[in-house]
Amino acid sequence: MRVALMVTCINEALYPRTGQAVVRLLRRLGVEVDFPQAQTCCGQPMVNTGYLDEAVPAVRTFVEAFAGYDAVVSPSGSCTGSARHQHSIVARRSGDADLEAAVADLAPKVYELSEFLVDVLGVTDVGAYYPHRVTYHPTCHSLRMLGVGDRPRRLLESVRGLTLVDLPGADQCCGFGGTFAVKNADTSIAMGADKARHIKETGAEMVVAGDNSCLTHIGGVLSRQRSGVRPVHLAEILASTEATVDEAAEVDAGADAEGAAR
Amino acid sequence: MSATFVGMPAFPEAAREALADSQLRYNLAHATGTIRDKRAKVVAEVDDWEDLRVAGAAVKETALRDLERHLVRLEETLTANGATVHWARDAAEANAIVAAIAKDHAAEEVVKVKSMVTQEIGLNEALAEEGIAAWETDLAELIVQLGDDLPSHILVPAIHRNRAEIREIFMSKMAAAGRPAPDDLSDEPAVLAAAAREHLREKFLRAKVGVSGANFAVAESGTLVVVESEGNGRMCLTLPEVLVSVVGIEKVVSRWEELDPLLRLLPRSSTGERMNPYTSTWSGVTPGDGPQEVHVVLLDNGRTRALADEVGRQALRCIRCSACLNVCPVYERTGGHAYGSVYPGPIGAILNPLLKGVGHDDQVDSLPYASSLCGACFEVCPVRIDIPAVLVDQRAQVVDAHRNGVPKPEAAAMKGAAYVFGRSSRLAGLERLTGIGLGLARRVGIAAWTGARDLPDTPKESFRAWWRRTDGGRRKEHGDD
Repeated sequence: MRVALMVTCINEALYPRTGQAVVRLLRRLGVEVDFPQAQTCCGQPMVNTGYLDEAVPAVRTFVEAFAGYDAVVSPSGSCTGSARHQHSIVARRSGDADLEAAVADLAPKVYELSEFLVDVLGVTDVGAYYPHRVTYHPTCHSLRMLGVGDRPRRLLESVRGLTLVDLPGADQCCGFGGTFAVKNADTSIAMGADKARHIKETGAEMVVAGDNSCLTHIGGVLSRQRSGVRPVHLAEILASTEATVDEAAEVDAGADAEGAAR
Repeated sequence: MSATFVGMPAFPEAAREALADSQLRYNLAHATGTIRDKRAKVVAEVDDWEDLRVAGAAVKETALRDLERHLVRLEETLTANGATVHWARDAAEANAIVAAIAKDHAAEEVVKVKSMVTQEIGLNEALAEEGIAAWETDLAELIVQLGDDLPSHILVPAIHRNRAEIREIFMSKMAAAGRPAPDDLSDEPAVLAAAAREHLREKFLRAKVGVSGANFAVAESGTLVVVESEGNGRMCLTLPEVLVSVVGIEKVVSRWEELDPLLRLLPRSSTGERMNPYTSTWSGVTPGDGPQEVHVVLLDNGRTRALADEVGRQALRCIRCSACLNVCPVYERTGGHAYGSVYPGPIGAILNPLLKGVGHDDQVDSLPYASSLCGACFEVCPVRIDIPAVLVDQRAQVVDAHRNGVPKPEAAAMKGAAYVFGRSSRLAGLERLTGIGLGLARRVGIAAWTGARDLPDTPKESFRAWWRRTDGGRRKEHGDD
């Protein structure tokens, strides 16, 4: 099976660790994942803001980059949703029949990470170890556009050392919504503040989700409030093992020693 | 808040005012939370809810596909039943028809059944200009009307008010509108309802003309249907000598049996009840029983425009249950007034642009963007209107309508993005600048983002650069040079 990683533009630029975690995780599960260099962005920022013509080059690049793979895996429910449900709209509008056909062929092969793990690889226990108290925020597009259901929860529940606590009002939108966060900043922040309050109520150390875009917003609010709760992508938890946790502890200890010596 | 939506600011600005009102935020969160829970509970009781949704959507969709034929049939059957059918292209025509009928009967006042469509056309204000007082008889509408306020919810138009505020409105405003509130009025819901009942009863018995809308219109039998909770509507439908029903053309269904899924979907979706307490149906004139003169005004007012919209036409399936309002995280925080229309919330965000057209009014053009596209509205819609899909399509129409004008910074940015995302080499080039860009943004402050949110730290290298340096992690990550 030829598997490609669609890392997404936000992960590529801001969260390389998430992409690295997917690579590490899949390799541990025996899947050799490729990173097609030609990929850019799924085009969702343009589509959701109403710029359909401007999304055409992104969609064209997308199908060219991923053509020929049996499966495309992405650590983003939102971008997967875009590829699966919005690319056809953009392609139809472009009037390019070949592009439309290529989209129709590719769209069903694009999987969000938890879908790929559970449905394609058939695993829920990925052999991860993560000794922390976390709460899970189901992002809207993974929840409703893709219907990933309890797959992320099942994956998290199988992680050794992890304590999963329920998030009140979990299915309520965090208020990110792409350009909504800027166009309707006041409303977006009000929604984010309520989400942050619920997260803090759980007493979790981390809030985990399958979309770094939502986590950027939620994390941004939590950080401004000096809450101490950190946003973590699902892939990074699933990729974590005893070895990586030890490594991280060493790094932390080193940083502490450095701080103390200063 | 003055009692007109005309000249309302665009959504972001109108929302800002609501977001700053903590009482409003509390009232809304409490009320929508309560209805949301009630709905979820009674919907869960129905095993075949999804099948029912599909059936409800199909009934409306079939009727819309063949709308002309059903409307002509409806006109025939209503006429045969003794009703007079009028056609109105827009609000002005519809209002003129209703005013003329009231004047024919020298009526100085009319009693009204709660109706969205008569609010949409501004009937009360139009009648007032003709010297005719139109009295709302739905409890919540009465509160809005007495308070010289605007409705903020389809089903619960006074949702933004709490009972203490309602008591104040009754005490200070009821006397001028008819029977005053009792001196010892408390803010107990039952006491407030009793005061409204006494106040309204005089009007029911006095008025010669009743005005209603309709939830459904059955073409084959010439039957109009109103569903309600209080029974006040039924008083208006049966007591006056003359009844005028203003009906949007999208309300028609073909056959009586087709009401079955719709009447099962509506109460559970709207009030969270298994069945609504009152369902009234009327088919023209019955000698010696009820109104002896019945008029039906079939109204377009933008509906054929919406019908011609390939993606947006599904919005005409809406049965005004307001489930989408109650689950919408944006509505819950901003309330209904921010939408600047009698149709607020997610359905209002698509219905107003569809009915009015985009590209000529900033307020209307702002509505398709008044959503985070979370999809909760589609999930609860009893007739499966894919509101997020319509929102995105409406956004595209807004953008397209402005393509020939002076481009906004956003349009320029999107053009730039189209260029960058067209080639990975361009993106890789740009990423080297990401760190500088974010650093600068942090210093200058992207006000809209950083007002209450921090930006993430920038990584030392992009994923693409890491992949190239380490061959996707196959080469050792540390000390590999």
